[in-house]
Amino acid sequence: MIDFGYSLTPSSTIEIDDADMSLFDELCAVEPDAIKCMSCGSCAASCTAGVFTDLNLRKVLLGLQRGCEEDVLPQLKSCMLCGKCHIVCPRGINTRHLILSICKIYNI
Amino acid sequence: MKRNVLIIGGGPAGMEAARRIRDYGHTPILIEKESRLGGHLAKWHKLFPEGESTEELLTSLTADMEGINYFTDTNIVSINKLKNLYVAIFSNGISVQADAILFATGFSMFPAEKKEEYGYGIYNHVITNADLEHFFNTGKDPRIKEPKVIGFVHCVGSRDEKAGNRQCSKVCCATALKQACEMKELYPDATIYCFYMDLRMFGRKYEDLYLNAQRKYGILFVRGRVSEVSEDIDGRLVVKAEDTLVGKPIRITMDLLVLMAGMSPCVENPKIASMTGVHIGEDGFFMPRDLLYRSVESHSKGIFFAGAATGPKTIPETLNEARAAAMAIDHYFKQKA
Amino acid sequence: MIFQGKQKIWSDYQKEIPDDHWFYVRSCIRQGFFPGSEVAFLDICRNKLGKDFFETEHHTTCGGIAYHAEALPQETMMTIIARQFALMGEHGYKNYVCSCITSFGLYTEVLEDWRTFPDLEDKIREHLWKSCRRELTKPEYLAHASDIIYKFRNEIAAKAKHRLVNKFTGEPLRVVEHIGCHYSKMFPSKGVGGAEYPYVLAGMIDSWGGEVIDYPERRHCCGFGFRQYLVKANRGYSMSNTHKKFESMEPYKPDMIITNCPGCPYFMDRWQYVIAEQTGKTYGENGYGIPVFTYEEVAGLVLGYDPWDLGLQMHQVAVEPLLDKMGVKYNKKDKYKGSGGKILKIPEFPMNIKCC
Repeated sequence: MIDFGYSLTPSSTIEIDDADMSLFDELCAVEPDAIKCMSCGSCAASCTAGVFTDLNLRKVLLGLQRGCEEDVLPQLKSCMLCGKCHIVCPRGINTRHLILSICKIYNI
Repeated sequence: MKRNVLIIGGGPAGMEAARRIRDYGHTPILIEKESRLGGHLAKWHKLFPEGESTEELLTSLTADMEGINYFTDTNIVSINKLKNLYVAIFSNGISVQADAILFATGFSMFPAEKKEEYGYGIYNHVITNADLEHFFNTGKDPRIKEPKVIGFVHCVGSRDEKAGNRQCSKVCCATALKQACEMKELYPDATIYCFYMDLRMFGRKYEDLYLNAQRKYGILFVRGRVSEVSEDIDGRLVVKAEDTLVGKPIRITMDLLVLMAGMSPCVENPKIASMTGVHIGEDGFFMPRDLLYRSVESHSKGIFFAGAATGPKTIPETLNEARAAAMAIDHYFKQKA
Repeated sequence: MIFQGKQKIWSDYQKEIPDDHWFYVRSCIRQGFFPGSEVAFLDICRNKLGKDFFETEHHTTCGGIAYHAEALPQETMMTIIARQFALMGEHGYKNYVCSCITSFGLYTEVLEDWRTFPDLEDKIREHLWKSCRRELTKPEYLAHASDIIYKFRNEIAAKAKHRLVNKFTGEPLRVVEHIGCHYSKMFPSKGVGGAEYPYVLAGMIDSWGGEVIDYPERRHCCGFGFRQYLVKANRGYSMSNTHKKFESMEPYKPDMIITNCPGCPYFMDRWQYVIAEQTGKTYGENGYGIPVFTYEEVAGLVLGYDPWDLGLQMHQVAVEPLLDKMGVKYNKKDKYKGSGGKILKIPEFPMNIKCC
């Protein structure tokens, strides 16, 4: 192989066709509210950990829905399960319960 | 004294206004360019927010047509003002003298093929919201073949300055969700995506429709406008958008794409305006005297508006405007007398 | 694919292309990349079609590459272009045709700018007079050279020695058409067929017996860009765009690619070599690449020109498999001979992409 000093750049496109949604389906079976999120951002704005780490529950949920779990799951490690997001969620999603279910199903 | 009111357009606005005008004791004369009354509504299957039957609504609207003269397959040839009267000549040769005219001319569907990047009329599995309603009514559309992945594209020809339609068409968000849920009922194994810019679920029960679409039907939402569609070697559709909430481009291969064609001003508006001197806004819809207080009155004496002629409206808004216009016309006659 | 739908779009974007008397300007980079193409174009127009095509040695670059690389201010670029137009007027021509897509895009844009901002046109007119003592004459018709070949595609088909048909199978050759971005993406109405489904090259393929391939990434840019390629560190994503296109067209097994831009055929040709050397992947049959042609080269092959006179030895991807399919006769020994039989250097052969 020749080194040209440059190489193919990986694409940033989310390829839904290739996404394995089986774990997400499993999640939705126990947490049907996971798809009620309307991405308002209240959870992320109120998050205790979010201002000091990259934790953003809105993005985690969306990432799981798009099959990009590897990109988003590490964020959850910063969660302190304080429940502030639970207080503010306008859809009434039990976010603490949801986060624990995600950890269990995705094995983190 | 009985007065003639010419009503142009036999959609929900025109039909509802005709009955009310008759109930006020005047003589409505309704003309409709298509061969049946009902306008776009007659081509629909069910309505949002709760899947109300179009057939039932049409039955209510047409139940009591006594005393209403109507002509289908009829266009306006000319309208001339004669002192306090308007003389209109129809394409069927009939001419009438009207004491007032109601424009219930509605809207034209945005021609989806104008958004060339979506390939309507070019790709085999791209259809419009109206095509899908036709499918719901007839069960027939060769473009719909056991779809596994379905996409709905909101705002096709709405909020689109380049396409000549800056306005929001108001009804497409709710219609898309209604149709998405109906498709999920027909094809429970299908994965269904809605591509939206904003979800404008403004009316009563609309948010419930959204929540149901998410929770009960598992419809997936992508905030981002579809940017391009193409066909792959198997004839499936490759759909691209940006998932703006993730901040990355997204690509999905689909079996069916439904374009939510919006409401454009009725294509005949300029012609009718030039005959009567009513005003047209820069968006192409008729301009009432003012948008808040006199929304059913035109700038020309004796000419009134109802429904989507003055901008995109829902069915209940249209029906209420028709009643308001009937009342305004009656009030106008009383003042004249 | 509903063919009638595409036909409708094509009929919406028709462009008036005069029949004769053109002022021709060359491209800066095409003469280096594809030295036979412009010569073939002029020979076809003048000697095969009997048309009047004038060119002058006094014309220059349009400034496009420097302008797009932000090395040249807009007014300077416009003055250069005004000088080109002035040359056309001085020689008594009204129809301006250029070889380059970058130029075509820029000319279209400049004319539109002047139409929208007449003060700007006056200013440039003054610059031109002060700097060169020349009078600006704006062209009545502006065309890209591919528009001309498109216009005369049926005349060319009538004189065809070879058609875009696989002589071994009798099937039409499967042809990818790739349009330069600046041909019609900026001004869809200025291109034959518009921007979504341009017909300028597809029309040639239809007339000459080939079959147009519609693959998902057909609208995608080849990735040339300007700064993207010029800066070595950026070449990775320039190449990645070409890679994306090849991955997308691969299932259709194209026999050839036809292009109308200076950059696209060059990069789609050369990147196949780099991709093969870096990843081991090739896109043609039997370890070859997919040959990429300019429209003049294809017109030349159809009309029976010698492939080496058309400069096809300058391609990285071997053209011989395609020549064999078309039934074009060629002498292997003459491949690396220049004009007058002068022996040119024979290039080294790459490792991962088969060449002849």
